[in-house]
Amino acid sequence: MRAIIGKLGRLVLHGLQSTGRGALLLRSIVFQLPHAWSMRRETSEQMQIVSVGSLPLVVTTSVFVGAVTAVQAVYQMQAYVPMKFLGTVISKSVFIELGPVLIALVVGSRLCANYAAELGTMKVTEQLDAMNIMAIDPVRYLALPRFLAAVLMIPVITVLANTIAVVGGYVASVLTLDVTSSTFIEGLKMFYKHSDLMGGLIKSFFFGGIIAMSGIYYGFNTEGGAEGVGKATMTAVVGSCLSVLVADYFLAIILFQIVFRS
Amino acid sequence: MATNEKWVIPPPPVQRVENPAEFQGIVLEGVSKAFGPKVVLKQADLLIAKGETIVIIGRSGQGKSVLLKNIVRLMEPDEGLIWIEGEEVTSMRRGDLMELRKSFGFLFQGAALFDSMTICKNVGLMLEEHTDMTPAQIRARACECLALVGLEGSDDKLPSELSGGMKKRAGLARAIVMKPRYILYDEPTTGLDPITSDAITDLILKLQRELGVTSIVVTHDMPSAYKVADRIAMLSRGKIVFSGSVAEVRSTTHPMVRQFIEGSATGPLGAF
Repeated sequence: MRAIIGKLGRLVLHGLQSTGRGALLLRSIVFQLPHAWSMRRETSEQMQIVSVGSLPLVVTTSVFVGAVTAVQAVYQMQAYVPMKFLGTVISKSVFIELGPVLIALVVGSRLCANYAAELGTMKVTEQLDAMNIMAIDPVRYLALPRFLAAVLMIPVITVLANTIAVVGGYVASVLTLDVTSSTFIEGLKMFYKHSDLMGGLIKSFFFGGIIAMSGIYYGFNTEGGAEGVGKATMTAVVGSCLSVLVADYFLAIILFQIVFRS
Repeated sequence: MATNEKWVIPPPPVQRVENPAEFQGIVLEGVSKAFGPKVVLKQADLLIAKGETIVIIGRSGQGKSVLLKNIVRLMEPDEGLIWIEGEEVTSMRRGDLMELRKSFGFLFQGAALFDSMTICKNVGLMLEEHTDMTPAQIRARACECLALVGLEGSDDKLPSELSGGMKKRAGLARAIVMKPRYILYDEPTTGLDPITSDAITDLILKLQRELGVTSIVVTHDMPSAYKVADRIAMLSRGKIVFSGSVAEVRSTTHPMVRQFIEGSATGPLGAF
């Protein structure tokens, strides 16, 4: 019993320690924001990795998310709800929840693994030490461009994913589910609210930050050799996915129960 | 004299000065560093005079690289003080530390080249970050440093395209690009064939002569140590146990030094 309590205590302490260190890292990144312009080339390279590099994944995920949502919605609605609401169901679920969260999980995992593995390898091969001895701050040179790229590009990718998912839902509905084009579009327009789209984008902005922080934090704190890099990458991805899901709940409460309630 | 079972160990050399703030060079006073329960440095003292080339020898895992990294605070000492040219660095603010580091070059054991950058970019990065030089001037200076280490024509290669010896030479070019006052070498010849090792050793000598820098070389490689050292210090069990010139090392009866330079499994250092 004492051993279990001890292990639990150590886990809690480790969690608190990681949170504290993560907060300090975030503070260091925020303090480096005035240098963002001087790091524009590195930031734009990272933005390209986030956006262009993720395109095939985003397109495939979004098309099928839209299509599956349409199939499931038709199944749930038949005989109870008129089909003119199909577009509404798809757009609302994609804009508010599916688009931001699925992109954060799918693209975020890719990105987080990339950051953690790259920075982790730099740590274990003393490249971060080399940067420090060259009087170049790794937070400014490595963390800041990655953080900005994720925070700025994840919302952009989410907009793209939302659009593709709605198109995917439309195509699936019209071609395979016997829903007419005009019925789908009528539903799409019917209860559209800017706040749905905005809420989803605000969430994706925060998700971008969570994904970047997880990858950078675990990358910078990698210990050991190849095994350490593997462990750091795995922990970063798991941490990022869990944090996104937990943050999603709290952001949903803040945005849709308080900010956009009226 | 202390005894270590059947060996008589002479007392460690005095490596302290009365006023470290006035010493022109590097002073380590009572530096300790532990990793969990493993104590690596234990109240270690060391003096490195300006312009001197000191070679630190010792068995693997005795804390030679840790000592080197503590000097430039790539690792923070648990206790003890370090002065560089009269400035106490252990309590130095980050901004001042970064400024001080510009006067250091560091050759890492694995070269630690940035693998996403070309060799030229690796060498020129410090100039790009800390000077107002134009890209053309930076490239010219990087090429000049690469030529100094015999790597002309390799400027646009990636580190993955270079051999181990070439990587070390590129690392050395990167270390000297800002014309540092101090160069720290962490096992510069480890993992290289004897000929390449000798070439790297000659390169260290050449840089000393041409740049007049203070050098700290951590190595196991005794031929290389004899060739470059003004003084050789031995680190064992977390402390400097011996310090002397090359001639003194060759003739010493200190059992730890003798065991190390003779590569014997029998002696006060033990075999494992």
